[in-house]
Amino acid sequence: MSTLTVPAQVPSVTEDCEQLRKAFEGWGTNEQLIISILAHRNAAQRKLIRQTYADTYGEDLLKSLDKELTNDFERVVMLWTLDPAERDAFLANEATKRWTSSNQVLMEIACTRSSKQLLEARQAYHARFKKSLEEDVGYHTNGDFRKLLLPLVTAYRYEGDEVNITLAKSEAKILHEKISNKAYNDEDLIRILATRSKAQINATLNQYKNVYGNDIDQDLEADPKDEYLDLLRATVQCLGTDEGALTRVVTTRAEVDLKVIKDEYQRRNSVPLDRAVVKDTSGDYEKMLLALLGHGDA
Amino acid sequence: MAEIEALIKAFSGHGVDEKTVISILGNSQPEHRQAFRKEGGFFAEDERRFERWNDHHVKLLKHEFMRFKNAVVLWAMHPWERDARLIKEALKKGPNSNSVIVEIASTRSSDELLGARKAYHSLFEHSIEEDVASHIHGKEKKLLVALVSAYRYEGPKVKEDVAKSEAKALISAVKNAEKQNPIENDEVVRILSTRSKPHLKSVFKHYKEIAGQHFEDELDVHLILQAAVQCLITPQSYFSRVLDEAMRDGADKNTKKGLTRVLVTRADVDIRAISDDYRNHYAIPLADKIEAKAKGSYKEFLLTLMARGN
Repeated sequence: MSTLTVPAQVPSVTEDCEQLRKAFEGWGTNEQLIISILAHRNAAQRKLIRQTYADTYGEDLLKSLDKELTNDFERVVMLWTLDPAERDAFLANEATKRWTSSNQVLMEIACTRSSKQLLEARQAYHARFKKSLEEDVGYHTNGDFRKLLLPLVTAYRYEGDEVNITLAKSEAKILHEKISNKAYNDEDLIRILATRSKAQINATLNQYKNVYGNDIDQDLEADPKDEYLDLLRATVQCLGTDEGALTRVVTTRAEVDLKVIKDEYQRRNSVPLDRAVVKDTSGDYEKMLLALLGHGDA
Repeated sequence: MAEIEALIKAFSGHGVDEKTVISILGNSQPEHRQAFRKEGGFFAEDERRFERWNDHHVKLLKHEFMRFKNAVVLWAMHPWERDARLIKEALKKGPNSNSVIVEIASTRSSDELLGARKAYHSLFEHSIEEDVASHIHGKEKKLLVALVSAYRYEGPKVKEDVAKSEAKALISAVKNAEKQNPIENDEVVRILSTRSKPHLKSVFKHYKEIAGQHFEDELDVHLILQAAVQCLITPQSYFSRVLDEAMRDGADKNTKKGLTRVLVTRADVDIRAISDDYRNHYAIPLADKIEAKAKGSYKEFLLTLMARGN
């Protein structure tokens, strides 16, 4: 859930731009003023501010920020002001230039964005860096890291909910076999993680747990010093978070067997499903889910 | 007899010469048809004393009649759906059709390929890369998956020093062919599937300068790898080769389909350039070759596509 707070009465865009301009004037910079404005506007508002600022003062707001701010603060404000696709492109580009810990950034962008968002990031990358994301990732990574990252950043996953259980079972078997043999860079293992839809991968990970007893992350903990293994485990964790699952399962099973699912959930996690829903959701969404779960009176 | 010969001719080649079939067969009496059955070669004597259609020939005829319909349907299709369906068909047909996947992935613009990927989601509820990765098993798998996943930068800028060092990497991969087929070499796959087309043109120019011969002429280079390189840097000559192979006598069913596929997919793009290349290479204008080898409505349709705007 979002944490951004925007004032009830938002000043006009022109006012915001004037104030920002004032913040840059003179000897120092009025950081507090910048924070008070930019940190309390949503993406659409920030975009409008950026456009109007450019129209009014003939300069990209980001350039002003770059000139006037320093280091961490500048970075936060700058990243916040970019639109999401540009932000991802910027972070990805930065990651290709640095050393090992930045593989994580590339993987995160590739795995946690929707197919459309990842694509937009690739388009923004073309526009800004005059190269493709994949050519930079390919060039700046090697060995097992490249084997895993290239397919991840070039994926355009199907986004539907359809799941083939037979396929999930057979691919869970493949994953288990490769992991048992410590073949962590195996082509098939990477193929499954890099090309299947997220819904399908989740089904596969569930089958994995059902059949082999462990969560796949546990089986990927063999060697704490192995950085590639680390990355692989993080990949699985990122892909395995299925936000739509709660809505999907509750709405499609409420009239079928949700009671059975609730019982099973409690058995597995030692916590009632209702309590987990209350903890993780809020507002009308929470109320609706609880109602469908049979909570309270009709 | 002249008429039977003419009939046989009407059924051979690409498509069917409907006018001839109508005028000869349509006007025929029972004894003419019997003569056709006895002499045509499309029938065989059944044990119960009648000339029976050869099943195989009926199938061939079906394909020839369908050629026009397939061309029309493919032509009317949105290019995204067209490319998605062509890839799906190639995957179903097996390894001999892998070159079609290379063709589509490598000759389309970045946005056209992207469109095909989107259409594929809608049509088949999977991504192209997942189907290619799970259905292809040979050495070419790595390259194919990478090629269909590309979203190449399309600007003209090229870094000559990088191109040169990448040419050297290719040379080294080819030298090492005995230990590892270049098509499976990680650097080869990376370079071919991520670099922009102008950059690749430069890479192969340096290749020729340093190695002394063209990459495509190297002996140990996998056919699919050669096809990929041609499609990426000289698509027109690749297409004119596909066309020529399709129209050769004795071409198999899948190869013959190349005629429809290339004409329909390139008529709006670069068919004139392909035509010029064809004439330079094969000493006969493409339109003339099609006139000679194709028949009936199918032929007219293809020639019309080519002549549009003239």
